[in-house]
Formats: sequence, structure tokens, C-alpha cells
Amino acid sequence: MLCRVADSLYWLPRYIERAESSARILDVNLQVTLDSEDSDNDSESRAWQPILATLEDQSVFPSIHSEINADNVCSFVTFAKENPNSIWSCIAEARENARTVREYISSEMWERINALYLWLRAEQARHLAGSSGIDFYRQVVDMCHQFHGTTDQTLTHHDGWDFMQVGKFIERADNASRILDLKYHILLPRGERVGGNVDTIQWQAVLRSCSAFEAYRKVHTGQVTPWSVAEFIILHDRFPRSLRFCIDSLDLALHRISGSDRAHFANEAERLSGRLRSELNYMTIGEVFRKGLHEWLDSTQGRLIEIGNAMHRQYCEWLEPEEQVQKAEF
Amino acid sequence: MGLTFDNYDVGDFFDEMWAAPGTIRTHYESLLGRFGELSDGEIERIYHLASQAFLNQGITFTVYSDNQGTERIFPFDPIPRIIPAAEWEHIEQGLVQRITALNLFLKDIYHEQRIIKDGVIPQEVIFSAKHYRPELVGFDLPKDIYIHICGSDLIRDRDGNYLVLEDNGRCPSGVSYVLENREVMKRVFPNLFRQHKVRPVGNYGQELLNLLRHVAPRNCPTPEDPTVVLLTPGIYNSAYFEHSFLARAMGIEIVVGADLVLENDVVFMKTTKGLKRVDVIYRRIDDDFIDPEVFKPESVLGVAGIMRAYRNGNVNLANAVGTGVADDKVVYYFVPAMVKYYLGEEPILPNVPTYLSMFEKDRNYMVENIAQLVIKSANESGGYGMLIGPHATREEHEKFRDAIRADPRNYIGQPVISLSRSPSVCDGSIEGRHVDLRPYILFGEKVTIIPGGLTRVALRKGSLVVNSSQGGGSKDTWVIDEE
Repeated sequence: MLCRVADSLYWLPRYIERAESSARILDVNLQVTLDSEDSDNDSESRAWQPILATLEDQSVFPSIHSEINADNVCSFVTFAKENPNSIWSCIAEARENARTVREYISSEMWERINALYLWLRAEQARHLAGSSGIDFYRQVVDMCHQFHGTTDQTLTHHDGWDFMQVGKFIERADNASRILDLKYHILLPRGERVGGNVDTIQWQAVLRSCSAFEAYRKVHTGQVTPWSVAEFIILHDRFPRSLRFCIDSLDLALHRISGSDRAHFANEAERLSGRLRSELNYMTIGEVFRKGLHEWLDSTQGRLIEIGNAMHRQYCEWLEPEEQVQKAEF
Repeated sequence: MGLTFDNYDVGDFFDEMWAAPGTIRTHYESLLGRFGELSDGEIERIYHLASQAFLNQGITFTVYSDNQGTERIFPFDPIPRIIPAAEWEHIEQGLVQRITALNLFLKDIYHEQRIIKDGVIPQEVIFSAKHYRPELVGFDLPKDIYIHICGSDLIRDRDGNYLVLEDNGRCPSGVSYVLENREVMKRVFPNLFRQHKVRPVGNYGQELLNLLRHVAPRNCPTPEDPTVVLLTPGIYNSAYFEHSFLARAMGIEIVVGADLVLENDVVFMKTTKGLKRVDVIYRRIDDDFIDPEVFKPESVLGVAGIMRAYRNGNVNLANAVGTGVADDKVVYYFVPAMVKYYLGEEPILPNVPTYLSMFEKDRNYMVENIAQLVIKSANESGGYGMLIGPHATREEHEKFRDAIRADPRNYIGQPVISLSRSPSVCDGSIEGRHVDLRPYILFGEKVTIIPGGLTRVALRKGSLVVNSSQGGGSKDTWVIDEE
């Protein structure tokens, strides 16, 4: 497979996953704020500030909006072209990548991503976003799911599909860690206590943002605690949005691409992913909290970036023969 | 209200469907029933289905002028153009004859140049042609094929005679519309296809691949299984959809210049498992951009050094470098002479009558009659460098007179041909609109022509310009065997 094609296949599902994650976070936050009893500007700003705080490009926000409120944050995260990670920008990027690999992906996959792109640009989508945000974001999530499902059902599960798996799971792991970190940025209103009503609603929102609430409830029937939520989202071995599951899946995809067995590594990307994978396999949630949840998530995000970079160097950048020799000696 | 042919105006043109008002040509008879009974709702549904199909597949061009990057589809007219088998046979024979002569001509002018020595074509015409490539002289091409893929433009005059307007022997585009139009028509009018024996067009991808595999270069290490790729300028090229469409139809890699690299004059592509040798390149990049070492040095679309690989027999390009000389409109004038010279045959498909301003008599005629003629510059296309005498102002006439006198080598004159018309749906009624025809010809082990080709239609009333930039659209083209 061409290096350039592998690169586009890696990014295509990453952008889809990123758009889906943003849509779900906004959906959940809209619902949570509808439940809120306070309705002054201050509390609205407080409810939406954390969403911005987890974004990579929050610095662009003040140049477009002066006030942090539901409408402004939703519009910034959804339609703003100035925000390179808005849903709009992500879907445009995903489609651009799909266009460059049109001959590689199935026609069905193309039609899914193209339909999402055209829908998002149409007047009716903006109208729906304005009149019923929750319905709008669910439609986005739904169409993203359709893309992943179509991919699994119509594309040969070979190298190209594996590159897509790597992209999808790196992004999903990154998003899950950011959503968990979201709680770190949420301040409990004055007078509320840890473990109280509002605190519980916030931890539930974290679960729902990861599509994990129902799955969590099947395991934990009691009180929603930070400890058990973090354990579920970080360490559950079968839930498809937990960090452990994502990293296991991306490690598997990397090994399938090189053909090496999972007890060994054939390149730097596999060494890094294998190491993170075994840590997650054998660590406890207690260790995470001893290190500090925020600190642990932060360092894990850094490690995901390193895996992505190593993968890119291995497969997507073609080096002149002299450089290859130097690299081998190093 | 619906569609009806009741008030159809045949006009003073050759009409593809009507021999005279009220007299239908037999091969169109069964269409009359189907289109004569369409309700407004059905027409609406057809347009919706068709535009949806094109949009969903991304068969669009992007309008950047409105700053929104709006995607538009190439307009599609649902009434097919029908060519009866006997007529098609005539076209086919004419095209085979013409492409055969053109390939013999190209081989000749890049080798012995007999046609010049024998005085059939003046030497200065060839050597001054903009796309003549001296780099190719003395170089033997695999199977002696220069034009592998040809897209000749045919028009019909007032009497219905087919004439060749130009040959397009470089990178003819548009074949993807032929295939997609057919897919859409099958979805919209399945019953029509059950009634008619429409010759299928879907095999084009396979035929094209067979052709490309047939012309493996001399030093190909696996001549029975060469690696074929399609080289595109990239996703921002207006024909990118077609490039990826064809790559998919053939199951080959689509590459950009940056994906390729040369080692010891061999072309490789950069893959995740290292370098892979490339043998045949179906390139959709013009000569000028293909090798910055030889042609335009600023080109970033091509591959530096690829001409060395080409000349050393390590890679083959389709179409060959240097075929543009045959697209020169002055050289076009001599194609009927080539047919006689190389094949000893009379041309089956004539040229449009053409005057060359390099001949004094013709030049005088052109200057005097400029208001009745179409004047074309020898190496422009897409409506540039062109004057349609009857529609132009006095100042424009004068400008072209001066241009002709200043550079007689580079202009031709032709009478205005009133192109044939084909019934088309225009604002809810059926009206005659001018059409041309671009068949796609593959020259490989044998000559294969896609049955029919692309019918372009000037949807603007009275317009003779079928280009998409000027309100042109397309329609499905059927070759049918009559019972």
C-alpha cells in the first residue's frame, strides 16, 4: 500500500471519531444543563466552561465569541470553520481524506461520509441544530456509527482496514481520556459536596459522554463513584470505549500490519503500544489515583501521540535509502 | 401537464429523433411512448434521483467563486440519444481507420519522417507544432503505440453526416460520465432497458486495463503481469473524480507525483512495505508537467527523471509523450491525407471543411469572410483563442484578421456547422438542443470503442457550445440493435 494512502486511511476514521465524540459531549451537556435548576448567566457559563477547557483549540474561542454560553460553545464546537476541530472541520477533513483514497475504500463507505458531509452543509441541519440540538447531535453520532459499520462490513480486513483501526482507536482512547479529565475541570457549585447529588450527576454525564452509562450499570448497581467510573472507563477489558480496550485493539492492528506476534515488537510503534497495553492489563485503579487521575490521563495522552508518531515514521514517511541506513544504525 | 412532443419544433436542423415534423425515426419510436406520458411528478422524481445519485457519489465540480465551495453536478438530460447499429458501424469503421493512421503518423514523424519527405505534409508544420517533442525522435515505443486512448469529437451537419471536429489524442476526459450516466438511466428507466437492446458500456475499465497491460515496457521484469498505476495531478484537479473512478474500475493504484521515486532510472512507488516497481503509467498529466528535468522545471506534479526511465525502456506512459502534435489544428487538416498516405484508403469520416491561413488563397478567403467563419488558434482548447464570426463584433473580427496576418501558421477557419439537435427536457417541456458526440477509442492489441460515447448537449437555447462551463450537460448515448 502507498505510504500516502496509509496516512489518509489512518486519519479518516480519526476525524470521524473526533466529530462523534464532540457530538456526544455536547448532547450530554445539553441534557445535563436542562436538568440544572440554576438558570443565571453565571451558572450557564460554569456549565460550558469545562467543555472548552478540554478542547485543544480553545484559544480561538475568544476571537469569535465574547461570552461562554450554550449557544456559543455549541456553535464553536459544531459549525465554526475557524476551529480546526469543530465537527464541521473534522467531517470536511475526513471527506478530503476519503477523496484521496476513493479507489481504496468501498463505494458504500464513500457514500456514508459524503452523505454526512452534504447533510451537515445543508440548511436543514443548521435548522435542526437550532431547534433541537439533542436530535441534531444524535444524528451526527448515528451517521458516524453508520460509517464505522459500513467500513467493517464492506472493506477487506487487510492492511488498509488495520491502519483505519489504529487511527480510530488512538482517537477513541484520546477522547475517552479527555472526557474523564473533563470532570477535573468541573467545579462543584458552592455548597455541594463530593458524592452529593450534583457530583453524581456529573459523573453520570462522564459515563454517558462515553456511551458507557448502560454498560456501567450492568456492572455496578450501587452508587456512582469517581473510583468506579474511572476504573470502568480506563480498565474495563471488554467495553469498546475503555482505554484498555482501545489500546489493546490498536496494538493488535499494529501487529497485524507487520505480521509480528503480540509477545514481541517489530518496530517502535509496537514497542510503545505493547508496553502501554501490558501496563493497562496489570495495573489497578488505585495506582492511577495515587499518581493523580489528571496527571495519569495527561501522560497517557502524551504516550498515544508518541505511538501515532512512531507509526507514522514507520509506514507513512518514505525515507531516502541513506536515511534508512542511518535510522537502522541508530 | 407533463411532457409532450405535440408542439416539438424540429427547426431547420438535423434532428436526431425526427426526420420531419410528425415523422419519427424508427429507432426512436418506443421512446416516444415513454417520454410522451411522463407526468410532472415523474419528471421531478427523475431529476431528483439523478442529481442525488451524482451528488452521493461525489461526481461534482466545485464552484469556488461563491466562497462556499458549493458542489455542483454536471447537468444531466434524461432523454437518451440513440444511434442505430448500422450507423454506429460506420462511425466505428471510420474511427478505427483514423486512429490507425494517426498512430502510423506519430511513429513516422518521430522516426523516418517519410510523410514529410514525400511532400504530403510540409516540414515546418510538424516542427513548429507546439506539442512536437524532439526528445522522442528515434525512440521506439512498446508495440509502436502512441495514442492508446483517444476521444475524438464528432458532430453532424445539416444532412446528418458525421464529421470529425478534433481528435483529442492526449488526455481525453469524460468517460466516467458515460458509465455513470448509464448507471443512473438504468435506475430511473429500468423498463426502457428491458425493451431495447442497448449495447452495454460497463466493460470499459477491463478493456482499458487489458490495453495498459498489453504495452509493458521493454525491460519490464514481469511482462506477463506488469504493475499499472494511474498518475493524477491530485484531488483538486477537476477530473479527479474520473481518475479515481477509473483506478477503481481497474483495481489499480492511483498515485501523485510525490508517491513515485526514481532509482537507477527505474520508477518505484513508495509503499508501507518499501519500494515497489512501476511498469506502466496511465498518466492524466500533460507532457509539460510530467518531468521537471525535461519540460517545465517548476512542475511539482510530475516525477523528476521519468523521461530517462521512459527512454531506457523501464517504464511506459499512456498516452505517449508527444502525441499533442496530432492535436494541433493545422495537423488535423492533414489527417485525411494521412489516411490515404499510410493506409491507401479513402477517409470514412471526413473532417469539417477547413481553411489554413498558411496557404495564401485560404488566408485571403478567411480574411474576407471572417464574419461567416469560425476561426480557431491551432493549439488552444476549451473555447479559448476562438472566434465565432457571426456572433462577434467588428472589432473582434479586425483583431482576428490582424492575428491571422501576423501568424498565419497558427490559425484555421471553418464554416459554422449547425450541429444536429436532440430532444431534451428544458424547463418542463421538450425542446431540440444541439449535441456532439465523443466516442472513446482504445488502441491496444485490437481497437476497442465504447458503444456510443459521451453526448454533450448545449442546454442553453440556440447555443452551439457544449462545454460544461458554458451551460452544457450530457445525456446517455445508446447504440441499439434494431429488430
